[in-house]
Amino acid sequence: MKFTIGWLKEHLDTQATLDQIVEKLTMVGLEVEKVSDRAKGLESFVVGHVIAARQHPNADRLRVCEVDTGTENVELVCGAPNARTGMKGAFAPGGSYIPGTDITLKPTEIRGVMSNGMLLSEREMGLSDEHDGIIELDANAKTGDRVVDVMGLNDPIIEIAITPNRGDCLGVRGIARDLAAAGIGSLKPLTNGPVPGTFKSPIEVHLNFEEETKSACSQFVGRYIRGVQNGGSPKWLKDKLIAIGLRPISALVDITNLLTMDLGRPLHVFDVAALDGHVQARMAKSGEKLLALNGKEYDLDADMCVIADDRTVEALGGIMGGEASGCTETTTDVFVECAYFDPIRTATTGRKLQIISDARFRFERGVDPAFLETGMEIATRLILDLCGGEPSEVVVAGAEPQWRREITLRPERVQTLGGVDIALEEIERILMVLGFTVGGDNGHLKVSIPSWRSDIVGEACLVEEVVRIYGFDKIPPVPVRPDTALPQDALLADQKRHSQARRLLAKRGMVEAVTYSFLSDADAEMFGGAADSVKLVNPISSDLAVMRPNLLPNLLNAANRNAARGLDAAAIFEVGPQFKGDQPDDQIIVACGIRSRRIGAKHWGQGPRPVDVFDAKADALAVLEDLAAPVDKLQALAVAPAWYHPGRSGALCLGPKNQLAFFGEIHPAILRRMDIKGPVAGFEIFVDGLPRPKNKKSAAKPHLELPQLHTVERDFAFVVGQDVAASAIVGAALGADKSLITDVSVFDVFAGGNLDADKKSVAIAVTLQPRDQTLTDAEIDAIAGKIVANVAKSTGGTLRE
Amino acid sequence: MENLQNLKSELMNAVGAAQDLAALEDFRISALGKKGRITAMMKGLGAMDPDQRRATGQALNLIKDEVAAAIEASKRALEDAALDAQLAEQRVDISLPVRPEQDGRIHPISQTIDEMVAILGEMGMTVAEGPNIEDDWHNFTALNIPLDHPARQEHDTFYLPGDVADRKVLRTHTSPVQIRTMMNSEPPFRIIVPGRTYRCDYDATHSPMFHQIEGLWIDEKTHMGHLKGCIIEFCRALFGVDDLPVRFRPSYFPFTEPSAEVDIGCIREDGQFRIGRGDDWMEILGCGMVNPAVLENCGIDSTKYQGFAFGMGVERMAMLKYGIPDLRTFYESDLRWLRHYGFSTLDVPSMVGGLNR
Repeated sequence: MKFTIGWLKEHLDTQATLDQIVEKLTMVGLEVEKVSDRAKGLESFVVGHVIAARQHPNADRLRVCEVDTGTENVELVCGAPNARTGMKGAFAPGGSYIPGTDITLKPTEIRGVMSNGMLLSEREMGLSDEHDGIIELDANAKTGDRVVDVMGLNDPIIEIAITPNRGDCLGVRGIARDLAAAGIGSLKPLTNGPVPGTFKSPIEVHLNFEEETKSACSQFVGRYIRGVQNGGSPKWLKDKLIAIGLRPISALVDITNLLTMDLGRPLHVFDVAALDGHVQARMAKSGEKLLALNGKEYDLDADMCVIADDRTVEALGGIMGGEASGCTETTTDVFVECAYFDPIRTATTGRKLQIISDARFRFERGVDPAFLETGMEIATRLILDLCGGEPSEVVVAGAEPQWRREITLRPERVQTLGGVDIALEEIERILMVLGFTVGGDNGHLKVSIPSWRSDIVGEACLVEEVVRIYGFDKIPPVPVRPDTALPQDALLADQKRHSQARRLLAKRGMVEAVTYSFLSDADAEMFGGAADSVKLVNPISSDLAVMRPNLLPNLLNAANRNAARGLDAAAIFEVGPQFKGDQPDDQIIVACGIRSRRIGAKHWGQGPRPVDVFDAKADALAVLEDLAAPVDKLQALAVAPAWYHPGRSGALCLGPKNQLAFFGEIHPAILRRMDIKGPVAGFEIFVDGLPRPKNKKSAAKPHLELPQLHTVERDFAFVVGQDVAASAIVGAALGADKSLITDVSVFDVFAGGNLDADKKSVAIAVTLQPRDQTLTDAEIDAIAGKIVANVAKSTGGTLRE
Repeated sequence: MENLQNLKSELMNAVGAAQDLAALEDFRISALGKKGRITAMMKGLGAMDPDQRRATGQALNLIKDEVAAAIEASKRALEDAALDAQLAEQRVDISLPVRPEQDGRIHPISQTIDEMVAILGEMGMTVAEGPNIEDDWHNFTALNIPLDHPARQEHDTFYLPGDVADRKVLRTHTSPVQIRTMMNSEPPFRIIVPGRTYRCDYDATHSPMFHQIEGLWIDEKTHMGHLKGCIIEFCRALFGVDDLPVRFRPSYFPFTEPSAEVDIGCIREDGQFRIGRGDDWMEILGCGMVNPAVLENCGIDSTKYQGFAFGMGVERMAMLKYGIPDLRTFYESDLRWLRHYGFSTLDVPSMVGGLNR
C-alpha cells in the first residue's frame, strides 16, 4: 500500500514530521517498507525560462540557450532536440550534482561557447529513463521556483505492508485513523454530503441469486449519470496516481482508482451505451466467458459472482470489469456500481482465474459493508466535478450484510493479557478514535465494533487494539523462569540420541550434512521406492518430487557433487527423517552416512586405503555402542537391502527380525547408475528403534572387581569352510567356559596356500581370566580342548596343524 | 709397595685407554675378573706373613676399589657417548606433517538449534517434535487458518495426493506440534519445537525446505510482558550482545492475538553488517499471545489458560549470527562450506559452559 504524506494529510490534521509518522506507522503495526523522498538531492534545480535558443555556431546538433533562472540570466549549451525559445525547463546551476549521470556541474566550454548550467531530462534528474529531450515544465510555472515543488516531487511516498486482517487500511483514510488514535494528529471528517438525483435511473439493479449463493453480493448500489465528458484527469489526480505507481487512464477510471486507494472502496463505472437493459448481480453460468479489462478472456463457472446486463456478463464481481462495457473517451452516459462482494468467494474466484487486482485485494480482505451509499455519493461528486453530467437517484438492491456486534472488554484484561497497565480513560479514548463505540456498566466495557473492522472478533482483539495503539514498547518485560528451581532436561531420550549420534559421527571424522527431505522418483526407486502417498502433487522440480524413503541417495549425490569439485573422498552423514508413507508413524529418524573412495590422504608416513564394508560397520557399531545398544548381543547378519553390495554388507540385529542398522558397500550397479565412482561404504542406523535405556534408579556404575591374577592368552587357528562366519567361531570359543574366557579376538584370516580351495584358516586369541587361583597347565589344556571341541561341533572346524 | 704403585698407575692408564665398552669389559675381566691380575694377587696374600698380608691386602683392596670406580665412570661416559651417537642417528625432520586425522563437523543448523535449546531449556522449556507430513487440520484449521483464509494462500503449501478434504500437506511451519502437544497433554505447556518445514517456493531467499523453531508457553497467568521478557533474553543470549535492542511491532498471525513481529538492532557500516546496538533494525521472528480460538480447538479452556507462542527460521538466525550469506548453501553439502561454517564436535552449547567456545 502506497501513499504520499500530502495525501495522508488530507485525512489527518497533524504537525508531525515525516520521521515521526514513519516511526509511528511501524509501531502501530503498519510496517513501513520504504520511504521515497523524491525531492532529495533535487532541491537546487529551479524553473528556467529559455529566453532565447540559438543554433550553436560550431555544432549542428547543439543549441545555445539564454536562460532566465529567476535570479540571473545564464548562457548554456544544450543538445536536446526540444530546447527552444519560450519553453520552461528544469535548470541545474553550476556546482549542482546531477543524480542521473553522477556528475557535479562545472562551467565548461563546449565547442568554443561557455556553458553555465544545464537543462535536465527526466533521466538526468533520476526520475525515469526518459532521455529523448529535456523536461518541459508547465508554461505557467514561475521562473526561479524549485522544480521539485512545480513537479509535485516534494511529497514523500510511503510504502507500507498491510497484514491480511487490516482491509480497512487498504485506503489512506484507514491509515490516518490508526495514526490519529496513536496520537499523531486528528482524523478530519469526511465532508461529502449526498448529491441529489434529478431523475429516476432508467437502469434498475437486481440481485438474482438462489438462497445458498445470495451472500455472494449482499448489496448493490447503482447510479445513472448522463451527459458526462470523459477526458484526461486534472493534474492533481494524475500526480496522486502516478506517485503511487498507477497509470492515469481517463477521469472516470481514475476516479474509481482514487476511491479504491483513498477510501478502500472499489467501484466500477459501466458505459451505458454498451449495456443492454437492466443490471443484475448473479452467479455465472457454466460456459459463460468474459473479456476483462486486462485484455484477457476468462472462462467462468457457476461458483463465480458476476455483474450482467440482460444479455451477457459485463464484469466479475469485486474483481474486474469487462472490456466491452468499459468507459472510453467517447462515453457520455455511465452507470456506477458500488456493491458488497463476499470476501471468500471473491478470493476463490480470483485465485481460480489468477486475476490480481486492487479490487480483489480489498474485497477478499473485507471492505466496509456500511460505506456503499457514502462511497457512491463521493464518487458522484467527483464525476460531476471532473466530467460534468447529471446524476440519477440512487438505486439500491439488497441490504448491508450483518456486521453489527458488541464485545465485552474487561479493562483488567489489558494488564492480565496485554501485560501493561493502561488507564481506563486511555483505553476508551483509543477505542473511540479507532471508531469503536464504548459503553458499559459494572466495570465491563460494552464495545461496538465499527463496520470496517471485520477482524475484531473477541476480547483478545480489543486488548490488541488498545495495546497496539498504546505501544508494545511500553509493555514492561517480565523474565520467564522454570517452574522448578533448576531447569529440567530439555531433551527427551530420542532427541538426546539424535544429538549424540551427530556428535559421535562428527568425532569419527564425518561431516554433517542437511539435505532435502525430497528427491527424484528415479533416485527413490533405487532405494526402496517412494510410496504413492508421499509423491508431491506440486513439486518444485522433478529432482524434488517425492519424500525420501532413504537418506543414502541424497548423500551419494552430495558426494558426487563434491567429487566434481575435486573432493572425491567424502565422509558425510545426516541424522534426519525418512518416510515410508504419509502417516505420522511412517516417519522415522535415521542416522545415515557414507564414506567414499578412500580413507586417509597421500602422506609420507601412511598412504590412503580404499573404503570398505568394515568402515561402515565400524561407524554403525560405534554409534550403537554410544547410544547404549547392547552391542555384545548384536549379530551381524548378511541380510542388507538390495542397494548394498550383496557380498559386502549386513545388518546389525538383535535377533533376525530386529534390525538396528544396515551397513555395507553400496551396490556397484547403483553407483554406476548414479554416475558415482566407488567404492562407497554406507550405513543406516535406526536410532528410534533402539532398545530404550532402562530407567535406572541410580546413576551409580556397577561395582568394579579387579582380579588379582594375571590373564592367560592362548592362540588357536581353525580350518573351516569358506562360508563359516568368524563370529560363529568366536561364539563357540566363548561358550567353552563362560566364567573363565573373557575375550576372544580374531587376529588372522587366511585362505590359499596349502589349504583346500573351499577352506580358510581363522586364528583367534582367547583370553582366560583365572578367578581364585592360578590355572594349572592341565586346567588350561582342558579348556583348550573344550574350545576346540566346541568350534568343531558348531562350525566343523579343525585345529590347523 | 712400589710395585703396587706401579700396578695402580698401569691399571688406571689401561682404563683410560679402553675406547669402547667391549674393550673396557675385556680390561675389567683381565684386572678384576676371577682370573684377573688383582684377583691373582689377592690369592697370593695367603703366602705372606700376617703383617705383610694385612698391609698388602689393604693396599690391593684400595687399588681394586679405585680401578672398579674408574671402570664404572668410564663405562658411564662411554654409554653416554654411545647414546648421543644413537640419538644423533635417530634425528628426524620434525617439519614433516603429522599423520592425517580429521575431526568432522556439526552442521550450522544443528548447532544453532542446540544453542536455542540451551537458552530456552534454561527457562524451563522442553523439546517436542511432530511429523513432517501433516494433515490439513493440524497445519491450518486448528491454528485458526480456515480453508479460505488469505493467510493460507501465503503459505505456498506442498500437497500430497488425496481429496482436498483429507489430503496431507508438508507442514508449512512447526506450529502443528503446538496443536499435537496441547491435544495430548495437560497445561501448563512449555515447549520448544525445532524441525523441518516446507514451502513451495524457491529463489535466492527461499528454500523449499527450511527449519523453524517454535516456542509455546501456556499457563494461567502468562501475559505479553512475559513474552517480551522471554524473547528479549533469548535474543541477547543467542547473539551474545547484552544490550541488544529488541523491538516488538504489532503484526498479524491467525494463531496469535495480539501478534507481534520482533526486530533486533543492527549496524550497517562500510558494507559490513553486524548485530548490535545501531541505527537499523532486522526482523527476526513472529510471536504473540496464543489466540483463544486455537486453545479452544485443542480442548483447552481459553477463559482459564493463556500464554504466548513464537517462531523463527533457524537458517535465518544462523545466517545473521554467523554471517552466512546464502540460504541455499545450507543444503548443498559442499564439503568446503561444511568445514568452514560447521562446528567442532566439542563445541556443545550450554548456558553455564558458554553458548560458544
